[in-house]
Amino acid sequence: MSVRSAILQQMTDTAAQQKKTLAPLTDGLKLAESGMDSLCLALIVAALDDNLGLDPFGSNPPFPVTVGDFITLYENVA
Amino acid sequence: MKMLPDHSLWGRTEAAGLARSRFVADAAGRLDLQGFAKGAGAATTLRGQSVMISADRQLPAVQALLALDGVARRVLLCPPDLRPDDVEAVMAEANVDAVVGDGTGPAARAGMPMQPIPAGPQPGRTNATEWLLFTSGTTGRPKLVVHSLASLAGPLQEGPAATDLVWSTFYDVRRYGGLQILLRALLGGGSLVLSQSGEKMGEFLHRAGQAGVTHLLGTPSHWRLVLMSGAADQVTPQYVRLSGEVADQVILDKLAAAFPQVAIVHAFASTEAGVGFEVKDGLAGFPVSYVGAAGMAAEIRIVDGSLRLRSSRTGSRYLGDRGTLADADGFVDTGDVVERVGDRYLFAGRREGIVNVGGQKVHPEEVEAVMARHPAVQVARVFARSSPVTGAIVAAEVVMRSDAPAFATVRDELLDLCRSALPPHKVPASIRQVDSIAIAPSGKVTRPRA
Repeated sequence: MSVRSAILQQMTDTAAQQKKTLAPLTDGLKLAESGMDSLCLALIVAALDDNLGLDPFGSNPPFPVTVGDFITLYENVA
Repeated sequence: MKMLPDHSLWGRTEAAGLARSRFVADAAGRLDLQGFAKGAGAATTLRGQSVMISADRQLPAVQALLALDGVARRVLLCPPDLRPDDVEAVMAEANVDAVVGDGTGPAARAGMPMQPIPAGPQPGRTNATEWLLFTSGTTGRPKLVVHSLASLAGPLQEGPAATDLVWSTFYDVRRYGGLQILLRALLGGGSLVLSQSGEKMGEFLHRAGQAGVTHLLGTPSHWRLVLMSGAADQVTPQYVRLSGEVADQVILDKLAAAFPQVAIVHAFASTEAGVGFEVKDGLAGFPVSYVGAAGMAAEIRIVDGSLRLRSSRTGSRYLGDRGTLADADGFVDTGDVVERVGDRYLFAGRREGIVNVGGQKVHPEEVEAVMARHPAVQVARVFARSSPVTGAIVAAEVVMRSDAPAFATVRDELLDLCRSALPPHKVPASIRQVDSIAIAPSGKVTRPRA
Protein backbone atom coordinates (compact mmCIF):
# COMPACT_ATOMS: atom_id res chain seq x y z
CA MET A 1 0.00 0.00 0.00
CA SER A 2 1.38 3.44 -0.86
CA VAL A 3 1.90 6.04 1.82
CA ARG A 4 -0.89 8.07 0.26
CA SER A 5 -3.45 5.29 0.35
CA ALA A 6 -2.38 4.27 3.87
CA ILE A 7 -2.95 7.84 5.08
CA LEU A 8 -6.33 8.17 3.37
CA GLN A 9 -7.40 4.81 4.81
CA GLN A 10 -6.26 5.87 8.29
CA MET A 11 -8.19 9.15 8.03
CA THR A 12 -11.34 7.27 7.01
CA ASP A 13 -10.93 4.69 9.80
CA THR A 14 -10.18 7.20 12.55
CA ALA A 15 -13.00 9.54 11.54
CA ALA A 16 -15.43 6.60 11.61
CA GLN A 17 -14.14 5.53 15.04
CA GLN A 18 -14.59 9.07 16.34
CA LYS A 19 -18.04 9.32 14.74
CA LYS A 20 -16.98 12.28 12.61
CA THR A 21 -18.47 12.87 9.17
CA LEU A 22 -15.61 13.27 6.76
CA ALA A 23 -15.77 15.53 3.70
CA PRO A 24 -14.66 13.85 0.44
CA LEU A 25 -10.87 13.63 0.80
CA THR A 26 -9.09 15.60 -1.92
CA ASP A 27 -5.61 17.13 -1.88
CA GLY A 28 -7.06 20.62 -1.79
CA LEU A 29 -9.36 19.98 1.19
CA LYS A 30 -8.35 21.99 4.24
CA LEU A 31 -7.83 19.82 7.32
CA ALA A 32 -9.80 22.36 9.34
CA GLU A 33 -12.77 21.84 7.02
CA SER A 34 -12.46 18.07 6.67
CA GLY A 35 -14.65 17.17 9.64
CA MET A 36 -11.65 15.93 11.63
CA ASP A 37 -10.99 17.67 14.94
CA SER A 38 -7.59 17.98 16.60
CA LEU A 39 -8.05 14.72 18.52
CA CYS A 40 -8.72 12.90 15.21
CA LEU A 41 -5.55 14.35 13.72
CA ALA A 42 -3.54 13.44 16.83
CA LEU A 43 -4.84 9.85 16.62
CA ILE A 44 -4.03 9.65 12.91
CA VAL A 45 -0.48 10.92 13.50
CA ALA A 46 0.01 8.36 16.31
CA ALA A 47 -1.38 5.50 14.19
CA LEU A 48 0.82 6.39 11.22
CA ASP A 49 3.83 6.45 13.52
CA ASP A 50 2.88 2.98 14.85
CA ASN A 51 1.85 1.42 11.55
CA LEU A 52 4.25 2.99 9.04
CA GLY A 53 7.06 4.00 11.41
CA LEU A 54 6.88 7.54 10.02
CA ASP A 55 7.05 10.69 12.14
CA PRO A 56 7.56 13.72 9.89
CA PHE A 57 6.87 16.17 12.72
CA GLY A 58 10.15 15.40 14.46
CA SER A 59 11.99 17.67 12.05
CA ASN A 60 9.69 20.58 12.85
CA PRO A 61 8.14 21.17 9.41
CA PRO A 62 5.52 23.85 8.70
CA PHE A 63 2.10 22.68 9.91
CA PRO A 64 0.08 21.12 7.08
CA VAL A 65 -3.02 23.05 6.04
CA THR A 66 -4.57 20.72 3.44
CA VAL A 67 -4.92 16.96 3.11
CA GLY A 68 -2.38 17.20 0.25
CA ASP A 69 0.13 19.02 2.52
CA PHE A 70 -0.34 16.32 5.13
CA ILE A 71 0.31 13.50 2.64
CA THR A 72 3.35 15.30 1.20
CA LEU A 73 4.85 15.61 4.70
CA TYR A 74 4.75 11.82 5.02
CA GLU A 75 5.86 11.12 1.45
CA ASN A 76 8.92 13.29 2.07
CA VAL A 77 10.10 11.10 4.95
CA ALA A 78 9.00 7.72 3.55
CA MET B 1 -27.60 57.36 52.88
CA LYS B 2 -24.08 56.58 51.76
CA MET B 3 -23.98 54.24 48.76
CA LEU B 4 -21.60 51.33 48.98
CA PRO B 5 -19.33 50.98 45.96
CA ASP B 6 -20.67 48.43 43.52
CA HIS B 7 -18.05 45.70 43.21
CA SER B 8 -20.27 43.30 41.29
CA LEU B 9 -19.47 42.10 37.78
CA TRP B 10 -22.09 44.41 36.31
CA GLY B 11 -21.04 47.31 38.55
CA ARG B 12 -17.43 47.01 37.46
CA THR B 13 -18.41 46.50 33.81
CA GLU B 14 -20.52 49.66 33.97
CA ALA B 15 -17.75 51.56 35.76
CA ALA B 16 -15.39 50.74 32.88
CA GLY B 17 -17.75 52.67 30.63
CA LEU B 18 -20.69 51.64 28.51
CA ALA B 19 -19.61 52.86 25.12
CA ARG B 20 -22.20 52.14 22.46
CA SER B 21 -19.78 49.83 20.70
CA ARG B 22 -19.24 47.42 23.60
CA PHE B 23 -20.56 43.90 23.06
CA VAL B 24 -20.20 40.21 23.82
CA ALA B 25 -21.03 38.03 20.81
CA ASP B 26 -21.01 34.44 19.64
CA ALA B 27 -21.88 33.03 16.21
CA ALA B 28 -25.61 33.04 16.98
CA GLY B 29 -26.16 36.22 18.93
CA ARG B 30 -24.87 39.48 20.32
CA LEU B 31 -25.28 41.08 23.74
CA ASP B 32 -25.02 44.86 23.45
CA LEU B 33 -23.89 46.02 26.91
CA GLN B 34 -25.67 49.37 26.64
CA GLY B 35 -28.83 47.49 25.73
CA PHE B 36 -28.38 45.12 28.66
CA ALA B 37 -28.15 48.14 31.00
CA LYS B 38 -31.64 49.15 29.91
CA GLY B 39 -33.03 45.65 30.30
CA ALA B 40 -33.58 45.89 34.04
CA GLY B 41 -36.98 44.44 34.80
CA ALA B 42 -38.67 43.14 37.90
CA ALA B 43 -36.24 42.02 40.58
CA THR B 44 -35.46 38.35 40.39
CA THR B 45 -36.32 35.91 43.12
CA LEU B 46 -32.77 34.60 42.91
CA ARG B 47 -31.37 36.99 45.52
CA GLY B 48 -29.36 35.13 48.13
CA GLN B 49 -29.77 31.81 46.34
CA SER B 50 -27.27 29.28 45.06
CA VAL B 51 -27.80 29.30 41.29
CA MET B 52 -26.59 26.91 38.63
CA ILE B 53 -26.17 28.40 35.16
CA SER B 54 -26.93 25.89 32.39
CA ALA B 55 -26.71 26.60 28.66
CA ASP B 56 -25.01 25.00 25.70
CA ARG B 57 -23.92 28.35 24.25
CA GLN B 58 -21.63 30.66 26.18
CA LEU B 59 -23.47 33.92 25.54
CA PRO B 60 -26.54 33.10 27.69
CA ALA B 61 -24.17 32.12 30.51
CA VAL B 62 -22.40 35.49 30.26
CA GLN B 63 -25.75 37.29 30.47
CA ALA B 64 -26.68 35.25 33.55
CA LEU B 65 -23.37 36.11 35.23
CA LEU B 66 -23.85 39.81 34.55
CA ALA B 67 -27.32 39.63 36.09
CA LEU B 68 -26.54 37.45 39.10
CA ASP B 69 -23.11 38.41 40.48
CA GLY B 70 -23.69 40.52 43.58
CA VAL B 71 -27.26 39.21 43.79
CA ALA B 72 -27.03 35.44 44.16
CA ARG B 73 -25.22 33.86 47.10
CA ARG B 74 -23.45 31.53 44.73
CA VAL B 75 -23.18 30.99 40.99
CA LEU B 76 -22.20 27.60 39.64
CA LEU B 77 -20.80 27.85 36.13
CA CYS B 78 -21.75 24.62 34.49
CA PRO B 79 -19.62 23.67 31.47
CA PRO B 80 -21.65 22.17 28.62
CA ASP B 81 -19.90 18.81 28.83
CA LEU B 82 -20.90 18.00 32.42
CA ARG B 83 -22.43 14.54 32.24
CA PRO B 84 -26.19 14.53 32.86
CA ASP B 85 -25.60 11.72 35.38
CA ASP B 86 -23.43 14.04 37.47
CA VAL B 87 -25.82 17.01 37.50
CA GLU B 88 -27.82 15.93 40.52
CA ALA B 89 -24.75 15.22 42.68
CA VAL B 90 -23.13 18.51 41.66
CA MET B 91 -26.32 20.41 42.50
CA ALA B 92 -26.46 18.74 45.91
CA GLU B 93 -22.81 19.52 46.63
CA ALA B 94 -23.30 23.18 45.70
CA ASN B 95 -26.66 23.38 47.52
CA VAL B 96 -28.23 24.67 44.33
CA ASP B 97 -31.60 26.36 44.93
CA ALA B 98 -32.39 27.19 41.32
CA VAL B 99 -31.19 26.59 37.79
CA VAL B 100 -31.08 29.50 35.37
CA GLY B 101 -30.55 29.10 31.65
CA ASP B 102 -31.88 29.13 28.12
CA GLY B 103 -33.49 25.71 28.28
CA THR B 104 -30.35 23.88 27.12
CA GLY B 105 -27.17 22.55 28.74
CA PRO B 106 -26.47 19.73 31.18
CA ALA B 107 -29.29 20.64 33.59
CA ALA B 108 -31.81 20.52 30.73
CA ARG B 109 -30.46 17.13 29.67
CA ALA B 110 -30.84 15.95 33.27
CA GLY B 111 -34.47 17.07 33.23
CA MET B 112 -34.07 19.87 35.82
CA PRO B 113 -36.61 22.73 35.85
CA MET B 114 -35.08 26.00 34.77
CA GLN B 115 -35.81 29.71 35.16
CA PRO B 116 -35.18 32.23 32.37
CA ILE B 117 -32.12 34.48 32.45
CA PRO B 118 -32.86 38.03 33.69
CA ALA B 119 -32.83 40.50 30.78
CA GLY B 120 -30.86 43.16 32.61
CA PRO B 121 -28.93 44.09 35.73
CA GLN B 122 -30.62 43.48 39.07
CA PRO B 123 -30.82 46.15 41.78
CA GLY B 124 -28.94 45.91 45.08
CA ARG B 125 -25.81 44.09 43.96
CA THR B 126 -24.31 43.89 47.44
CA ASN B 127 -23.73 40.16 47.98
CA ALA B 128 -20.21 38.79 47.86
CA THR B 129 -21.23 36.06 45.42
CA GLU B 130 -19.20 32.86 45.44
CA TRP B 131 -18.21 31.63 41.98
CA LEU B 132 -17.94 27.85 41.69
CA LEU B 133 -15.72 26.54 38.91
CA PHE B 134 -15.07 22.99 37.83
CA THR B 135 -11.52 21.72 37.90
CA SER B 136 -10.47 20.45 34.53
CA GLY B 137 -9.03 17.11 35.39
CA THR B 138 -10.27 14.92 38.17
CA THR B 139 -11.25 11.30 38.24
CA GLY B 140 -14.96 10.70 38.32
CA ARG B 141 -17.20 13.56 39.31
CA PRO B 142 -15.45 16.92 38.88
CA LYS B 143 -14.42 18.93 41.93
CA LEU B 144 -15.70 22.45 42.44
CA VAL B 145 -13.28 25.23 43.34
CA VAL B 146 -14.63 28.24 45.20
CA HIS B 147 -13.57 31.62 43.81
CA SER B 148 -14.88 35.16 44.08
CA LEU B 149 -14.90 37.92 41.52
CA ALA B 150 -12.01 39.44 43.51
CA SER B 151 -9.82 36.32 43.27
CA LEU B 152 -10.73 35.77 39.63
CA ALA B 153 -10.05 39.37 38.68
CA GLY B 154 -6.82 39.43 40.70
CA PRO B 155 -4.58 38.74 37.70
CA LEU B 156 -6.00 41.68 35.78
CA GLN B 157 -3.82 44.71 35.79
CA GLU B 158 -5.47 47.88 36.93
CA GLY B 159 -5.37 50.55 34.31
CA PRO B 160 -7.47 52.93 32.31
CA ALA B 161 -10.39 51.33 30.49
CA ALA B 162 -9.58 50.67 26.86
CA THR B 163 -12.87 50.47 25.02
CA ASP B 164 -11.28 49.76 21.66
CA LEU B 165 -9.91 46.36 22.69
CA VAL B 166 -11.74 43.36 21.31
CA TRP B 167 -10.83 40.13 23.07
CA SER B 168 -11.42 36.64 21.83
CA THR B 169 -10.60 33.15 22.93
CA PHE B 170 -11.00 29.56 21.85
CA TYR B 171 -11.61 28.65 25.50
CA ASP B 172 -15.04 28.29 27.02
CA VAL B 173 -15.62 31.18 29.44
CA ARG B 174 -17.16 28.78 31.94
CA ARG B 175 -13.73 27.40 32.73
CA TYR B 176 -10.92 29.25 34.45
CA GLY B 177 -8.89 30.10 31.35
CA GLY B 178 -11.85 31.45 29.40
CA LEU B 179 -13.29 33.27 32.38
CA GLN B 180 -10.08 35.27 32.65
CA ILE B 181 -10.68 36.59 29.14
CA LEU B 182 -14.31 37.42 29.86
CA LEU B 183 -13.25 39.43 32.91
CA ARG B 184 -10.47 41.21 31.04
CA ALA B 185 -12.98 42.27 28.40
CA LEU B 186 -15.79 43.29 30.77
CA LEU B 187 -13.77 44.95 33.53
CA GLY B 188 -11.25 46.48 31.15
CA GLY B 189 -13.86 48.30 29.09
CA GLY B 190 -13.53 46.16 25.97
CA SER B 191 -15.64 43.69 24.03
CA LEU B 192 -15.49 39.93 23.54
CA VAL B 193 -15.97 37.50 20.67
CA LEU B 194 -16.89 34.03 21.96
CA SER B 195 -16.15 30.77 20.22
CA GLN B 196 -19.00 28.47 19.37
CA SER B 197 -19.20 24.72 19.60
CA GLY B 198 -19.20 23.07 16.18
CA GLU B 199 -17.88 26.13 14.37
CA LYS B 200 -14.95 25.44 12.05
CA MET B 201 -11.66 27.20 12.85
CA GLY B 202 -11.69 29.13 9.57
CA GLU B 203 -15.22 30.39 10.20
CA PHE B 204 -14.36 31.43 13.74
CA LEU B 205 -11.24 33.30 12.64
CA HIS B 206 -13.20 35.03 9.91
CA ARG B 207 -15.84 36.12 12.44
CA ALA B 208 -13.14 37.27 14.87
CA GLY B 209 -11.39 39.21 12.14
CA GLN B 210 -14.63 40.89 11.06
CA ALA B 211 -15.26 41.93 14.67
CA GLY B 212 -11.81 43.54 14.82
CA VAL B 213 -10.30 41.22 17.42
CA THR B 214 -7.15 42.70 18.94
CA HIS B 215 -6.33 40.13 21.64
CA LEU B 216 -6.59 36.42 20.91
CA LEU B 217 -5.96 33.69 23.47
CA GLY B 218 -5.88 29.90 23.51
CA THR B 219 -3.92 26.77 24.31
CA PRO B 220 -0.88 25.77 22.24
CA SER B 221 -3.17 23.12 20.66
CA HIS B 222 -5.68 25.80 19.65
CA TRP B 223 -2.86 27.77 18.08
CA ARG B 224 -1.58 24.72 16.20
CA LEU B 225 -5.09 24.39 14.74
CA VAL B 226 -5.05 28.08 13.78
CA LEU B 227 -1.81 27.56 11.86
CA MET B 228 -3.19 24.39 10.27
CA SER B 229 -6.41 26.13 9.27
CA GLY B 230 -4.71 28.24 6.61
CA ALA B 231 -6.91 31.07 7.88
CA ALA B 232 -4.52 32.74 10.33
CA ASP B 233 -4.47 35.75 8.00
CA GLN B 234 -8.14 36.38 8.79
CA VAL B 235 -7.12 37.99 12.08
CA THR B 236 -4.65 40.78 12.80
CA PRO B 237 -4.21 40.64 16.58
CA GLN B 238 -1.91 42.92 18.53
CA TYR B 239 -1.56 40.35 21.27
CA VAL B 240 -1.37 36.56 21.19
CA ARG B 241 -1.39 34.51 24.36
CA LEU B 242 -1.00 30.80 25.14
CA SER B 243 -1.86 28.99 28.35
CA GLY B 244 -3.47 25.80 29.62
CA GLU B 245 -0.73 23.56 28.26
CA VAL B 246 3.03 23.74 28.03
CA ALA B 247 4.03 26.12 25.24
CA ASP B 248 6.98 24.49 23.50
CA GLN B 249 9.57 26.38 21.49
CA VAL B 250 8.17 25.04 18.20
CA ILE B 251 4.76 26.64 18.59
CA LEU B 252 6.25 29.87 19.99
CA ASP B 253 8.56 30.17 16.97
CA LYS B 254 5.80 29.36 14.50
CA LEU B 255 3.49 31.98 16.01
CA ALA B 256 6.27 34.57 15.96
CA ALA B 257 6.69 33.84 12.24
CA ALA B 258 2.93 33.92 11.53
CA PHE B 259 2.32 37.11 13.54
CA PRO B 260 5.44 39.26 13.24
CA GLN B 261 5.48 42.45 15.34
CA VAL B 262 2.89 40.92 17.68
CA ALA B 263 3.42 40.39 21.42
CA ILE B 264 3.39 36.62 21.98
CA VAL B 265 2.98 35.76 25.63
CA HIS B 266 2.64 32.41 27.35
CA ALA B 267 1.28 32.09 30.84
CA PHE B 268 0.97 29.53 33.58
CA ALA B 269 -2.43 29.18 35.23
CA SER B 270 -4.64 26.56 36.81
CA THR B 271 -8.16 26.58 38.19
CA GLU B 272 -6.85 26.06 41.71
CA ALA B 273 -3.76 28.28 41.68
CA GLY B 274 -5.04 31.01 39.40
CA VAL B 275 -2.74 32.83 37.01
CA GLY B 276 0.84 32.29 38.17
CA PHE B 277 3.06 34.20 35.80
CA GLU B 278 3.54 35.37 32.25
CA VAL B 279 6.55 34.89 30.00
CA LYS B 280 7.07 37.53 27.33
CA ASP B 281 10.50 36.79 25.86
CA GLY B 282 9.30 34.25 23.31
CA LEU B 283 11.20 31.40 24.95
CA ALA B 284 9.74 28.18 26.39
CA GLY B 285 9.74 27.68 30.17
CA PHE B 286 10.37 30.57 32.54
CA PRO B 287 13.42 32.38 33.93
CA VAL B 288 15.00 30.94 37.08
CA SER B 289 14.91 34.49 38.45
CA TYR B 290 11.11 34.25 38.81
CA VAL B 291 11.50 31.82 41.72
CA GLY B 292 11.42 33.58 45.05
CA ALA B 293 11.55 36.97 43.32
CA ALA B 294 10.00 39.96 45.02
CA GLY B 295 7.42 42.01 43.19
CA MET B 296 5.89 39.07 41.31
CA ALA B 297 2.11 38.93 41.44
CA ALA B 298 2.32 35.29 42.54
CA GLU B 299 5.11 33.83 44.67
CA ILE B 300 6.80 30.82 43.14
CA ARG B 301 8.42 27.91 44.96
CA ILE B 302 9.90 24.73 43.57
CA VAL B 303 9.39 21.88 46.06
CA ASP B 304 10.64 18.37 45.17
CA GLY B 305 10.87 19.49 41.56
CA SER B 306 7.29 20.65 41.29
CA LEU B 307 5.93 24.14 40.93
CA ARG B 308 4.03 25.76 43.81
CA LEU B 309 2.25 29.12 43.68
CA ARG B 310 0.86 31.47 46.31
CA SER B 311 -1.16 34.60 45.57
CA SER B 312 -4.44 36.32 46.16
CA ARG B 313 -5.64 34.72 42.95
CA THR B 314 -5.83 31.18 44.24
CA GLY B 315 -9.21 29.60 44.82
CA SER B 316 -10.26 29.65 48.47
CA ARG B 317 -11.09 25.95 48.82
CA TYR B 318 -12.63 22.89 47.23
CA LEU B 319 -16.34 22.62 47.85
CA GLY B 320 -17.37 19.74 50.10
CA ASP B 321 -14.99 17.23 51.62
CA ARG B 322 -12.80 16.97 48.55
CA GLY B 323 -9.25 17.52 49.82
CA THR B 324 -7.21 20.61 50.59
CA LEU B 325 -6.22 23.11 47.99
CA ALA B 326 -3.13 24.74 49.48
CA ASP B 327 -0.26 23.67 51.77
CA ALA B 328 0.29 25.03 55.31
CA ASP B 329 2.05 28.11 53.89
CA GLY B 330 -0.79 28.84 51.47
CA PHE B 331 1.05 27.53 48.39
CA VAL B 332 -0.91 25.49 45.85
CA ASP B 333 1.03 22.53 44.48
CA THR B 334 0.40 22.63 40.73
CA GLY B 335 1.73 19.09 40.19
CA ASP B 336 3.78 20.39 37.26
CA VAL B 337 7.34 19.13 37.32
CA VAL B 338 10.04 21.57 36.22
CA GLU B 339 13.69 20.99 35.38
CA ARG B 340 16.37 23.59 35.47
CA VAL B 341 18.32 24.03 32.23
CA GLY B 342 20.81 26.91 32.55
CA ASP B 343 18.95 30.03 33.61
CA ARG B 344 15.59 28.60 32.67
CA TYR B 345 13.03 26.25 34.22
CA LEU B 346 11.42 24.01 31.59
CA PHE B 347 8.22 22.02 32.14
CA ALA B 348 8.91 18.29 32.29
CA GLY B 349 5.46 16.75 32.67
CA ARG B 350 3.11 16.09 35.54
CA ARG B 351 4.13 14.50 38.81
CA GLU B 352 1.06 12.29 38.98
CA GLY B 353 1.36 11.28 35.34
CA ILE B 354 -1.64 13.41 34.36
CA VAL B 355 -1.93 13.61 30.59
CA ASN B 356 -2.81 17.00 29.11
CA VAL B 357 -4.61 16.37 25.81
CA GLY B 358 -4.96 19.77 24.17
CA GLY B 359 -5.71 21.41 27.52
CA GLN B 360 -8.00 18.64 28.80
CA LYS B 361 -6.45 16.76 31.68
CA VAL B 362 -6.68 12.99 31.96
CA HIS B 363 -5.89 11.12 35.18
CA PRO B 364 -4.27 7.80 34.28
CA GLU B 365 -5.98 5.99 37.17
CA GLU B 366 -9.40 6.65 35.66
CA VAL B 367 -8.46 5.01 32.35
CA GLU B 368 -6.57 2.19 34.07
CA ALA B 369 -9.65 1.39 36.17
CA VAL B 370 -11.76 1.01 33.03
CA MET B 371 -9.16 -1.22 31.35
CA ALA B 372 -8.85 -3.37 34.48
CA ARG B 373 -12.51 -4.37 34.06
CA HIS B 374 -11.52 -6.55 31.11
CA PRO B 375 -11.09 -10.15 32.32
CA ALA B 376 -7.92 -10.70 30.23
CA VAL B 377 -6.08 -7.74 31.80
CA GLN B 378 -3.83 -8.38 34.78
CA VAL B 379 -2.58 -4.81 35.11
CA ALA B 380 -2.68 -1.71 32.92
CA ARG B 381 -0.57 1.43 32.86
CA VAL B 382 -1.65 4.66 31.20
CA PHE B 383 0.77 7.42 30.31
CA ALA B 384 1.31 10.44 28.07
CA ARG B 385 2.58 10.06 24.55
CA SER B 386 3.73 13.26 22.90
CA SER B 387 1.70 14.56 19.96
CA PRO B 388 2.55 17.34 17.52
CA VAL B 389 -1.17 18.16 17.34
CA THR B 390 -2.51 18.09 20.91
CA GLY B 391 0.73 18.22 22.88
CA ALA B 392 0.02 14.78 24.31
CA ILE B 393 -2.35 11.87 23.82
CA VAL B 394 -3.20 8.93 26.04
CA ALA B 395 -1.23 5.70 25.58
CA ALA B 396 -1.50 2.45 27.49
CA GLU B 397 0.28 -0.81 28.07
CA VAL B 398 -1.16 -3.97 29.56
CA VAL B 399 0.03 -7.20 31.09
CA MET B 400 -2.32 -9.99 30.04
CA ARG B 401 -3.37 -12.96 32.14
CA SER B 402 -1.71 -16.22 31.09
CA ASP B 403 -4.99 -17.71 29.87
CA ALA B 404 -5.95 -14.61 27.85
CA PRO B 405 -7.00 -14.87 24.21
CA ALA B 406 -4.90 -13.30 21.42
CA PHE B 407 -3.79 -9.75 22.16
CA ALA B 408 -5.25 -8.27 18.96
CA THR B 409 -8.72 -9.39 20.07
CA VAL B 410 -8.24 -8.10 23.60
CA ARG B 411 -6.91 -4.76 22.32
CA ASP B 412 -10.01 -4.20 20.17
CA GLU B 413 -12.26 -5.14 23.08
CA LEU B 414 -10.34 -2.80 25.40
CA LEU B 415 -10.75 0.08 22.97
CA ASP B 416 -14.47 -0.64 22.69
CA LEU B 417 -14.69 -0.75 26.49
CA CYS B 418 -12.87 2.58 26.86
CA ARG B 419 -14.93 4.23 24.13
CA SER B 420 -18.16 3.22 25.84
CA ALA B 421 -17.03 4.37 29.30
CA LEU B 422 -14.87 7.44 28.66
CA PRO B 423 -14.99 10.68 26.66
CA PRO B 424 -12.99 10.48 23.40
CA HIS B 425 -9.87 12.32 24.66
CA LYS B 426 -9.42 9.77 27.47
CA VAL B 427 -9.46 6.71 25.20
CA PRO B 428 -5.93 5.41 24.57
CA ALA B 429 -4.58 6.16 21.12
CA SER B 430 -2.44 3.05 21.37
CA ILE B 431 -2.32 -0.04 23.58
CA ARG B 432 0.75 -2.26 23.74
CA GLN B 433 1.20 -5.63 25.37
CA VAL B 434 4.13 -5.85 27.80
CA ASP B 435 5.49 -8.61 30.02
CA SER B 436 5.54 -6.61 33.22
CA ILE B 437 4.63 -3.24 34.71
CA ALA B 438 6.57 -1.93 37.69
CA ILE B 439 4.52 -1.65 40.88
CA ALA B 440 5.70 0.62 43.69
CA PRO B 441 5.87 -0.60 47.31
CA SER B 442 2.59 1.29 47.85
CA GLY B 443 0.94 -1.17 45.45
CA LYS B 444 0.42 1.51 42.83
CA VAL B 445 1.64 1.47 39.27
CA THR B 446 4.86 3.51 39.20
CA ARG B 447 4.61 6.70 37.21
CA PRO B 448 7.70 7.99 35.57
CA ARG B 449 7.35 11.66 34.71
CA ALA B 450 4.98 11.98 31.79
